[in-house]
Amino acid sequence: MTLADFRGIKRSAEDETQAATGDAPAPHEKGHPGPAEYSKIGLILGVITAVEVALFYMDMAQWALVAILILLSATKFGFVVLWFMHLKFDSQLFSAPLVIGMAFAVALFAVLLSSLGGGLV
Amino acid sequence: MSAAERGELEHAPTAEHGLETSTGLDNRKLLMWLFLGSECLFFGSLIAAYLLYRDQSLVPPCPADCVIDGVAHQGLFDIPFTSVSAFVLLISSLTMVLALAAIQRGDQKGLRVWLFATAALGILFLAGQAFEFTEFYREGLTLSTNLFGTTFYVLTGFHGAHVTVGVLILLSLFVMSLRGQLSPAKSLNVELAGLFWHFVDVAWIAIFTLIYLIQA
Repeated sequence: MTLADFRGIKRSAEDETQAATGDAPAPHEKGHPGPAEYSKIGLILGVITAVEVALFYMDMAQWALVAILILLSATKFGFVVLWFMHLKFDSQLFSAPLVIGMAFAVALFAVLLSSLGGGLV
Repeated sequence: MSAAERGELEHAPTAEHGLETSTGLDNRKLLMWLFLGSECLFFGSLIAAYLLYRDQSLVPPCPADCVIDGVAHQGLFDIPFTSVSAFVLLISSLTMVLALAAIQRGDQKGLRVWLFATAALGILFLAGQAFEFTEFYREGLTLSTNLFGTTFYVLTGFHGAHVTVGVLILLSLFVMSLRGQLSPAKSLNVELAGLFWHFVDVAWIAIFTLIYLIQA
């Protein structure tokens, strides 16, 4: 991987066209989505939240409920971070602080809860 | 050409998002991401503290139905109400990103509408939180009642403080837009505010699931 790849500077044919028309994104960015795509993501997030609340009222094993709810909230997290916060389109360097912060937070969870007790199930 | 003009040209932005840097990235945006990375640990610690002390309270009230010293107590959490609050914050993330899209295409009217909508939804969320806190206080839950009260109020209180700061930033941007101080060239200001706002939403996604929906 070259430094340019790491920075996400590779420019697609679409970017070149945009550059030619003067409507180019910053060098480290691919074009961001439009309002229609954002609205679709918003709709998906709303549906996932509704499913989460419906699951809360269903009678199922606690471990299964926990697993599904964590999966769904991770999906919501991913949609917001990748699309609304543009990590899918921006340089990978912007992702590093969040990934490192999340990794430390998960490690903190694991160490604290496994050594001192407590948990989700 | 004057020296001042020459200096201005020497330091002129080379891209829409700021001055040329060694990384090719805008330092303000990178700094915001570093700040958000540290915020992951901040909220992670508060959530871990809540989970650690969950079900450890020696006196009621409890978040969910519980039995203490052989006496049954009804849980405090109102899931339908909190679900609406979570939905409001999710929608505010959508309006925030629509505000950014509006300024990037030079739509000043759209920018103002979506910025105001985002701030209004943030205020609605805060009103819901104030109502929830008031209800809990009436049920006897204070910051020092039990471990649940301490960890819950600290966690959700800090989140509410973040939402409050976000609302103030959004209203500031709204006023700047009304004064004509937010041109498409300054869209990074809206983008940075958006990053903070989306993080507040992401933090609530975790809190809503781990604190409210998962009640061991």
